Amino acid sequence: MEASWWKNRKFWLMWAGYTGAVVLWYASVKWLPIESFNRLPDPWTVVWEWFNPNPAFGISIFTPNYYVHILYSVYRATSAFALAVLLGVPLGILMGWNRTFNAYASALVGFLRPVPPLAWVPLAILIFPGIEIAVIFVTFLVAFFATVMNTYVGVKSIDPDYFRAAASLGSKPRDVLRHVIIPGALPNIFTGLQIAMGAAWFSLAAGEMIAAQYGLGFLIFEAYNLIQFPTIVIGMATLGIAGFISSAGIRVMGNRLMRWREQSFGLKG
Amino acid sequence: MTAKLHVLSSETNGESQAAMAPRPKEGHLSIENVSKTYDPEGARVVALHNCSVEIAPGDFLAIVGPSGCGKSTLMNIIAGFDNVTEGRVLLDGQLLATPTSPPKPGSDRVVVFQNGALFPWKTVLENVMYGPLVQHKMTRAEAEERAMDLLAKCGGLDKVAASYPPQLSSGMQRRVEIVRALINEPKILLLDEPFRAMDTVSKTTMHQHLLQMYRTCRKTIVFITHDLEEAIYLADKVIVMTSRPGTIKSTIIVNLPRPRTPEMMLSTDYLALKAQAIASVHEEAKKAFERGEREHA
Repeated sequence: MEASWWKNRKFWLMWAGYTGAVVLWYASVKWLPIESFNRLPDPWTVVWEWFNPNPAFGISIFTPNYYVHILYSVYRATSAFALAVLLGVPLGILMGWNRTFNAYASALVGFLRPVPPLAWVPLAILIFPGIEIAVIFVTFLVAFFATVMNTYVGVKSIDPDYFRAAASLGSKPRDVLRHVIIPGALPNIFTGLQIAMGAAWFSLAAGEMIAAQYGLGFLIFEAYNLIQFPTIVIGMATLGIAGFISSAGIRVMGNRLMRWREQSFGLKG
Repeated sequence: MTAKLHVLSSETNGESQAAMAPRPKEGHLSIENVSKTYDPEGARVVALHNCSVEIAPGDFLAIVGPSGCGKSTLMNIIAGFDNVTEGRVLLDGQLLATPTSPPKPGSDRVVVFQNGALFPWKTVLENVMYGPLVQHKMTRAEAEERAMDLLAKCGGLDKVAASYPPQLSSGMQRRVEIVRALINEPKILLLDEPFRAMDTVSKTTMHQHLLQMYRTCRKTIVFITHDLEEAIYLADKVIVMTSRPGTIKSTIIVNLPRPRTPEMMLSTDYLALKAQAIASVHEEAKKAFERGEREHA
């Protein structure tokens, strides 16, 4: 009884939030006495354009071009994220596991991490043979640092008694890695992956605005140059949906891998 | 059937045991003139000073003492988590620890930890199967069979085999941890204040479980506690330690018959042992207290 009541309440609060946001949008565009706000499209105009077989500015769910932009962005975000996980998780584990290695790596990571991703763009374009790789590289960087740091913290936060117990039970280093470090750091790793995915979309959009011919970031920036307000909002909303879906995907995967937390504490990602 | 009490000074006890040859049966532990100093270059904290203990295979040794007396340091040295600064430790005549050898933990000396260290991401069964599987001592099927068998023998723990440790009570977790140690057929079982955080009723139940396990799968046990009554009730030999630096104050031989029952704690023999043990601890506690008074004056 109580659980379903909470569920209902949450559901209604969520919809109240959405409705409130749309009303606020509508109100600020239609009723606010500021000219620059009044030039913006209201929610209905955007929805009308988005779902129109013949969109005024050439982008809607019925135009193939819309999907080309989405596919480009998804491809870049996914490959950057995959690379960040493949390289970031092992690096974070090594840093957390081995003090000597950490002494080498942490200074470099600490120095490179605060460099804003966009500051890498010029150098990336000059280094890599093509804009495509440069954009993926910039996207990869932020996701990589978020993954490394959270994995490192995850390993460091494992109770030292688990390492001692593993040693006492006759574990070799690879058993410790497989049975203690990876499962013990997994909750933090997955928090890191969610942050990494968010950061990847963030810097991807920025990277595409500066240097790309396709992608949602490019779409937004092009629409800005051509003063196509509804298309700007369509691009933004699509980015939001893509980010939400990818985060949810990571959460679902994390919950599958960490069933013990759900069963023991009722915890979910 | 009478209990005898021997209070030996650490000096004479240590020397006589150091000269003793190790017995051939498995689980014979000799701690010979062991000292441990942390940070010898800097602050120099002497955790242990010239400690000697001899424990015969299959004996139940309890180490009692206040916080900071070095009993956990001694256990860490036996377990192979820490090395010694002076002296040596032998298990069945094999060197376990010397000042020059790096600490080496192993499944012949499995530890049960104060706060519990069952892997929360593995089920009870997976936890128990862990040791034999990583050491490639058994196949998965054999390990599962042996684990279920041991769990069943230890008070019907096989019923919770599929549960994750955080779902169990702390008493059950501790029993599973002991089973996880026993499946490896260790020569020594090291128990580091395993019942510290428990209420009196659970503790009494746990004592019975432990004594039962000791009777059925007899191993050399080193049991660390700050509870004198618990130590006398469970052990064959109780070592009383004092702090600053950690030294062995006295050794009490407990000749109470086995099996031990809770009613024994009311027997005159038990009470006589307790009274004399308290006297020995009290003297030291008083000294420490007076020393503390002076330090703060």
